[in-house]
Amino acid sequence: MTEAYSFAYLDESTKRMIRRTLLKALAVPGYQVPFASREMPMPYGWGTGGVQVTAACLVPEDVLKVIDQGADDTTNAVSIRRFFQRTAGVAVTEHTTEASLIQTRHRIPEAPLKEGQILIYQVPIPEPLRFLEPRESETRKMHALEEYGLMHVKLYEDIARHGAIATSYGYPVKVEGRYVMDPSPIPKFDNPKLSGNPAIQLFGAGRESRIHALPPYTRVVNLDFEDHPFEPTKADAACDLCGATTSYLDEVIMDDAGGRMFCCSDTDFCATRRAAGHAGRLAPGGEAA
Amino acid sequence: MIRIENLSKSFTLHNQGGAVIEVLRGAALSVAPGECVALTGASGAGKSTLMRMIWGNYRAASGQILVGGLDVAQASPREIIALRRDRLGYVSQFLRVVPRVPTRRVVAEPLLALGMGEAEAIARAEGLLSTLNIPERLWSLSPTTFSGGEQQRVNIARGFAHPYPALLLDEPTASLDAVNREVVLGLIAAAKARGAALIGIFHDEAARARVADRAVDVTAFTPARAA
Amino acid sequence: MSALLQVEGLEKRYGARIGCTGVSFDLFPGEVLGIVGESGSGKSTLLACLAGHLAADSGQILYRGRDLGAMAEPERRVLARTEWAFVHQNPRDGLRMGVSAGANVGERLMAVGARHYGAIRAAAEDWLGRVEIDPGRIDDRPRAFSGGMQQRLQIARNLVTAPRLVLMDEPTGGLDVSVQARLLDLLRALVREMGLGVIIVTHDLAVARLLADRLMVMKDGRVIEAGLTDQVLDDPQAAYTQLLVSSVLQV
Ligand SMILES: [Zn+2]
Repeated sequence: MTEAYSFAYLDESTKRMIRRTLLKALAVPGYQVPFASREMPMPYGWGTGGVQVTAACLVPEDVLKVIDQGADDTTNAVSIRRFFQRTAGVAVTEHTTEASLIQTRHRIPEAPLKEGQILIYQVPIPEPLRFLEPRESETRKMHALEEYGLMHVKLYEDIARHGAIATSYGYPVKVEGRYVMDPSPIPKFDNPKLSGNPAIQLFGAGRESRIHALPPYTRVVNLDFEDHPFEPTKADAACDLCGATTSYLDEVIMDDAGGRMFCCSDTDFCATRRAAGHAGRLAPGGEAA
Repeated sequence: MIRIENLSKSFTLHNQGGAVIEVLRGAALSVAPGECVALTGASGAGKSTLMRMIWGNYRAASGQILVGGLDVAQASPREIIALRRDRLGYVSQFLRVVPRVPTRRVVAEPLLALGMGEAEAIARAEGLLSTLNIPERLWSLSPTTFSGGEQQRVNIARGFAHPYPALLLDEPTASLDAVNREVVLGLIAAAKARGAALIGIFHDEAARARVADRAVDVTAFTPARAA
Repeated sequence: MSALLQVEGLEKRYGARIGCTGVSFDLFPGEVLGIVGESGSGKSTLLACLAGHLAADSGQILYRGRDLGAMAEPERRVLARTEWAFVHQNPRDGLRMGVSAGANVGERLMAVGARHYGAIRAAAEDWLGRVEIDPGRIDDRPRAFSGGMQQRLQIARNLVTAPRLVLMDEPTGGLDVSVQARLLDLLRALVREMGLGVIIVTHDLAVARLLADRLMVMKDGRVIEAGLTDQVLDDPQAAYTQLLVSSVLQV
């Protein structure tokens, strides 16, 4: 054999298997395609599904970005980024606009994605019907026959108990009027970005051995009621670091006295704005009180 | 309206060595609209058996039971159900109702089954209960807790709620006081006047004499029994 | 009026053992057919075949003239949540215990495309009232309800889409007598008002007498006797039916 090592960790036959799965998933948007998930050198819950999809997609020319809840600098994001630097030797970046391939956990970047980019989601539980129907044989049949009444039972229950649809993460969507899909636990604030997105969106669930996908410009509709329409909500505040009012914010508790601040969950977005001179309430050297 | 020809009945008791008990043979009878025929004969002679065969809950061994053109002896269950709904009424001695159902609803039920609106059916039921001197405070209670006489009047009210062209009466005046007995006899007379054909069993001979146009002694249809 | 259900020569075997065999009958709208027999008589097997929970080995079931055996599964499942209803003996088998009473009743509406929360809730409240559950309890989980209330909730959940055919498996079993009576009264009224065709499997002849227009008596998987309810109970013809009726009378 002339190949000394396998590019991006997985052997070629595994990559071929996953790529076939990805093509099938792209051909049937929103449909969960089973694949033979491999053991990866990290525990489940650390994004083994996303890592396998990333490994299958990576080419040497790629520029990789990895985020965890919007941040490039968490342990999880850093370890996955290092993993691919070592096994594939690809270039890495923290800038959304420079990346050709972005692996993400629980967020869609604030900066608009463009054609040619691939966004790969880490997915814990891909089955949106699991909440009320634990039997896999039954949920597969429900997808096959488009029996999605149960999804609305879940939303009904939300309104009955909380007065509004309280589901704020992993908000269920219908893809191209056909399959109901769990978009992974992104905040529902991000849901509008799922639809009509120029990038390819791939969803990998390692423990559950499922891949689903949204090809570019796929129509994605949020499930709701006529009298309780979908609302992409965020904290009603501005970023205390960069002053952004349109980005998704994390709330950070600063001291025991209940002091708190809001900052962009997308660290690259926030840093880019600050570099461009925007400043928030608590920005160092800014207009902090 | 009602015509019975050559009717016979026997019971086969499979669990008592297959004993066959013949209770009726060659029964014949005819009742014209507006006529009331009383069945007579000693207790056990087969009066109730004959009445149940006309109602359809006892099967005939042979013969014909024509009620409004339908041969009950040959009719399908569905035909008998339809017959009981609109053409054949029955005031039995026993009140058989779903417990807990209010009396006014028990009486209105035959009307509701015919598709009458709830309000109209209840109004007619209440009118009859009032005529039969059932105190208004009882109308919302289930008749299962009533006295024998009250239950019987509820049964009568239900039997007379719809103007059936044929009506079976099993001891309609038993256990009634003089006032209510008069009311019931009045209802029977009114049914005859509107052209109903009635068959009744009356132990109350005076009542029988008042409303029956003639009597048929069923002893004539009773086969001689082996001792 | 045409038949809702026509069953011809239905047979189900479990290996060499007969589940039910040679069963033929028809059912019209507004009719209640009782199936009585002891446990193991085949009445539950028959009901499961009619509901599509079990596949019959031979025979034919026509629903409104259409052969269920030839019908594709998607269509059968659509019928199962619109025109058919199945009321289980144990309400836990027919309810979603993890969601509120309102969601239980609303599920079939949402399954057929209802997307207005207020309207779904209003329909659920209306149906809770019709089965005599305080609409103020719409947000309670079925767990908080008594057995009789759970059974009424199951009926509401099934009838909210105005089905044509209702199959019931011992719906009053396990309930005390007065609760049973309320349920029977409710069922009779619903049959009359909605023109339902009902098949009720029961071992309780008193329930059969009060609810069913016609009876089928089953034993060892076969129909022993069939006819008008009061005729079968008052003048039973078959040896087995005579035994069944007399043993009940002694209770
Ligand atoms: Zn910011």
